[in-house]
Amino acid sequence: MSIDILTKSPEAAAEPPRGVPSKKRVPQGHRRLLTRRDRLTLGLMAGVPTILHVALVWVTALASIALAFTTWDGIGFDSIKWVGLQNFRELFDSNPQFWPAVQHNIIWFVVLILIPTPFGLLLAVQLDKNIRFSRVYQTAFFLPVVVSLAVTGFVWQLVYNPDTGLINSLIGANKPGHYIDWIGDPNLNLWAVLVAACWRHTGYMMILYLAGLKGVDPSLREASSLDGANEWQTFKNVIFPTLRPTNTVVLVVTIIEALRAFDLVFVFNKGAQGTELLSILVTNNIIGESSRIGYGSAIAVVLLVISLAVIIPYLISTFRKERSA
Amino acid sequence: MRHSSLGQPMSGTSRRTVLRGLSGAALLGAGVPLLSACAGSGSGTDSKTVTVGSNASDAVPKKAYGDVYAAFTKRSGIKVDLNIKDHGTFQEQINSYLQGTPDDVFQWFAGYRMQFFAGKGLASPIDDVWKTIGGNFPSAMHDLSKGQDGKYYMVPLTTSPWAVFYRKSVFRQYGYEVPTTWDAYVALCKQMKKDGLVPIAFGDKDAWPAMGSFDQINFRLNGYDFHVELMAGKASWTDAKVRKTFDTWAETLPYHQEGAVGRTWQDAAQTLVAKKAGMYMLGMFVAQQFTDKADLDDLDFFAFPEIDPAYGQDTVEAPTDGIMLSKKPKNHAGSVKLLEFLGTPEAEEIYLKADPSLIAASTKADTSTYSTLQKKGYDMIAQAKHLTQFMDRDSRPDFTSTVMQPALQKFVRDPKDIDSLLSSIERQKKTIFASS
Repeated sequence: MSIDILTKSPEAAAEPPRGVPSKKRVPQGHRRLLTRRDRLTLGLMAGVPTILHVALVWVTALASIALAFTTWDGIGFDSIKWVGLQNFRELFDSNPQFWPAVQHNIIWFVVLILIPTPFGLLLAVQLDKNIRFSRVYQTAFFLPVVVSLAVTGFVWQLVYNPDTGLINSLIGANKPGHYIDWIGDPNLNLWAVLVAACWRHTGYMMILYLAGLKGVDPSLREASSLDGANEWQTFKNVIFPTLRPTNTVVLVVTIIEALRAFDLVFVFNKGAQGTELLSILVTNNIIGESSRIGYGSAIAVVLLVISLAVIIPYLISTFRKERSA
Repeated sequence: MRHSSLGQPMSGTSRRTVLRGLSGAALLGAGVPLLSACAGSGSGTDSKTVTVGSNASDAVPKKAYGDVYAAFTKRSGIKVDLNIKDHGTFQEQINSYLQGTPDDVFQWFAGYRMQFFAGKGLASPIDDVWKTIGGNFPSAMHDLSKGQDGKYYMVPLTTSPWAVFYRKSVFRQYGYEVPTTWDAYVALCKQMKKDGLVPIAFGDKDAWPAMGSFDQINFRLNGYDFHVELMAGKASWTDAKVRKTFDTWAETLPYHQEGAVGRTWQDAAQTLVAKKAGMYMLGMFVAQQFTDKADLDDLDFFAFPEIDPAYGQDTVEAPTDGIMLSKKPKNHAGSVKLLEFLGTPEAEEIYLKADPSLIAASTKADTSTYSTLQKKGYDMIAQAKHLTQFMDRDSRPDFTSTVMQPALQKFVRDPKDIDSLLSSIERQKKTIFASS
């Protein structure tokens, strides 16, 4: 196959083929395999997605970075003003929501890795034993992952509503004097949302680990039982080490989940007192009738930098492994 | 699985991409054509049609506006092509909507919110329309319809006041009297608490109701002029006057409903409906929560009590909605005719027949069909010396939404340490107001 056409830069491929049509030249070698039409088709197939990808992902991401050093209300290009590092200075020094937001994103990650991840693993190990109704349990635990987070947020809001919600109605904490404000109290609301987030994340982790466990060679179990290892020893010394690739995926997925946490909180209380998150600060500054696009972009850039700091080492180590393999 | 985990980081980027697209993304040029694609049906080019961008997506206002436009078509023979968008979406997209190819006229709010787009050249002045309709409106409405350049940009249609709402039967039962001064108000709160009521219902989950409380106390205590200066970013938030507003507010916070930051205004209104709360300071739309006719008849209100006798109760917060002309209307003559019609008392009467929760902006409109509540609201507005709109309509929306909303929520939840809160507001205000 004509590898050189496929590896050509897609933009170049999208251009109409040059110099080919002269009839005198007899097509030679691999060129014969591709007609002009084939090349055009291939060019479009590779070119259109590339152009879309570059325009919608790269251009916007780079524009976002550029805008982070400006102020812009989104009306006309002439209102874009270059302000250098001022947005960042303001963000770090005088925005009372910024540092809490960073802190909450970190708490989000720590909680997801400490609670639903081991719990998801536990469930996966139990379900892997082919117990009865395994599929029913699997479906039940996975269901929250399928439901949109916006809906999840709405359902949990009904549970937490301080006046009419399930919890306060049951324990009678909706009366003056002994009132528990699950949504408004900054010492409670982040944890309240995290319960909902964990509820969903457990199912996700369970499916990931279940897939990993299905890939464990049964002869390993057999061998360890022949060696007289009990269940815990088998798991600890044989099974868990083989889950290493799954653990990497789980770690990355969890970091990403913590960084992109948004929907649940936005539905729950729009990131008010105690539940500020970076993604919500970006939205609050950019969406709206007169937006602070430059300032919002600066927050987005901070989020991007944090994401890159996590993703790049992961990609490097993955590619290194692939190359050495 | 590995693939999907690698695919995930993209979704972080693409969310920002979408946001950028929504907020005008003129860079890409993608947001604008998308929005204009849903604007109008393209039939607005002939001179017999006027296109209208509308945020009246709720059933009641949708029907009310529909009736008004139908009456206009009947009278003038000019067709009205409606482009209705969800109320919240309309607000979020207004920026890119007006920069794209907007409809000939569009519904919007009076105050700074109107002046902002007028100042950006995204609306056309309509002084010629006001020559015809000017006599139908009181002077306060004239002021509300002008841009900062002194030209008219809006035809106001409806308004409604903010006040302290209560149930007549509850006041009768306990023998309460309507307080007209701050001391009487605080004393009433104390008495209500003793009687086992929540003195002041309060819900600030949506973060805007607290702005109304601030507005009332600030213009009662410091007067209309100072309030306007503060909203315009001219006066300082660290001024002792502002500090006093917060101190005065803090005095009544113990009588406010507990856990306000976690409660919506609708839930707070329900405590008034259920007679568990004695009073509720809110806009007249609180009546929407009184679905039972008997309860609605029992609802009454009084103007926010006087704090400084120098200002008395001269200012009323009365958010006003109206119609503006876009920057390059396709059918200018037809749009002017429509705006002139909307400025007549008849148009307002048709509107209010279908939506009785509001009041006509014109003083000439017939008030005989008004409910007792509407009549009272009408009198309050008519007698007011100054009308304010609401913090997020009187000041820069980017300032109110990103700085004031979280700051007021913080104060309501924990009223200590006002000074550091105020200096934080002032610091952020300076950079926002300096930006353009």
